[in-house]
Amino acid sequence: MRRMNHKPYIPHPFQFLMLFIVWLLLTHRYSLGNMLLAAILAWLVPIAAMAIRAPTTPVRRPLKAISFFWLLLGDIFVSNIVVAKQVLGATERLRPGFIAVPLDMQAALPITLLASTISLTPGTVSIEITEDHQFLYVHALHVESEKEMVDRIKRRYEKPLKEIFQC
Amino acid sequence: MLDTIALAVSAVIGLSLLLNLGRFMIGPHMLDRLIALDTMYINAIALIVILGIFRGSPLYYEGALVIAMLGFVSTTAVCKFILRGDIIE
Amino acid sequence: MLLIELATGFCLMVGAIFLLVGSIGLFRLPDFYMRLHGPTKATTLGLGAILTASIIFFSFRGDGISTKEILIIWFIFLTAPITAHMLSKAALHVRQKPRADTLNQDRLASIRERRQ
Repeated sequence: MRRMNHKPYIPHPFQFLMLFIVWLLLTHRYSLGNMLLAAILAWLVPIAAMAIRAPTTPVRRPLKAISFFWLLLGDIFVSNIVVAKQVLGATERLRPGFIAVPLDMQAALPITLLASTISLTPGTVSIEITEDHQFLYVHALHVESEKEMVDRIKRRYEKPLKEIFQC
Repeated sequence: MLDTIALAVSAVIGLSLLLNLGRFMIGPHMLDRLIALDTMYINAIALIVILGIFRGSPLYYEGALVIAMLGFVSTTAVCKFILRGDIIE
Repeated sequence: MLLIELATGFCLMVGAIFLLVGSIGLFRLPDFYMRLHGPTKATTLGLGAILTASIIFFSFRGDGISTKEILIIWFIFLTAPITAHMLSKAALHVRQKPRADTLNQDRLASIRERRQ
């Protein structure tokens, strides 16, 4: 990846932040010296690892990403309770099914995030994606209405992701 | 009070470990056993974290982290083996 | 101090309940694709709750805020969907049969070959 239009002193701001936080969490010491070491490592490692990186889609709306994170957290919690009821109830009454969700995105990173989101929100697991990135196959534990489920996934998870990545 | 809760919670997690063991025994396919093993990894992490709370020692955290990483890597490795290793395509 | 103990105990119990629900789901659901649902989500959330209890507990012991559990939570939430995807891919590959009343199961062959 040869994208150099960022600030020149931190070529990979996202990786910098990630490595900085992970280093601090791992060592678990918040002295000034340790933070300095974290900053140096987080600056150096992405530069050293630049050769093996695959091209990614840049995050265009970081604030939207934060609100999406909270939406996701709430959804994981609420729908886990729903699934707990389904799991503990009569399994004969469940109607499992495979659903094809048409995708409006093509880039790999947003689709990966969408698939992970679908897997983490209970009731659905993403199974497979078609070779041409047109459809995402999802297995659902209980399908009330196929169309409604697809609409919900598209409206609730795909739309914010599209806004975050602007694609 | 917290000691009692920690003990009760360990008992509940022990019960879920037994359920996982049951799924591990009856299978029927290797994948069912694999997913049971993966869940046992997660339950084991929970058990270690509770042990840390019970003993009041933060040292158990490293063990939990290692188990989390090993669990993920080993499950993915066996999946890859099933995908590529034994089926004639 | 009692409040801290209560909060820790509450998080522990919530976590244990979700772990148990995930394990029950793994044990009693009838086919592999349905069994996939229990471990990937309920147990992940359960572990998250138990680690939150650990954060609360160790943060109020006078040694400063305990943050290292965040790393495990992050790691677990990052890897759970990947594990689920690998397992489902392997299940499609060895032609695991879904339950007889599963919707759209006639499309399994095209899902396996990643066609529409």
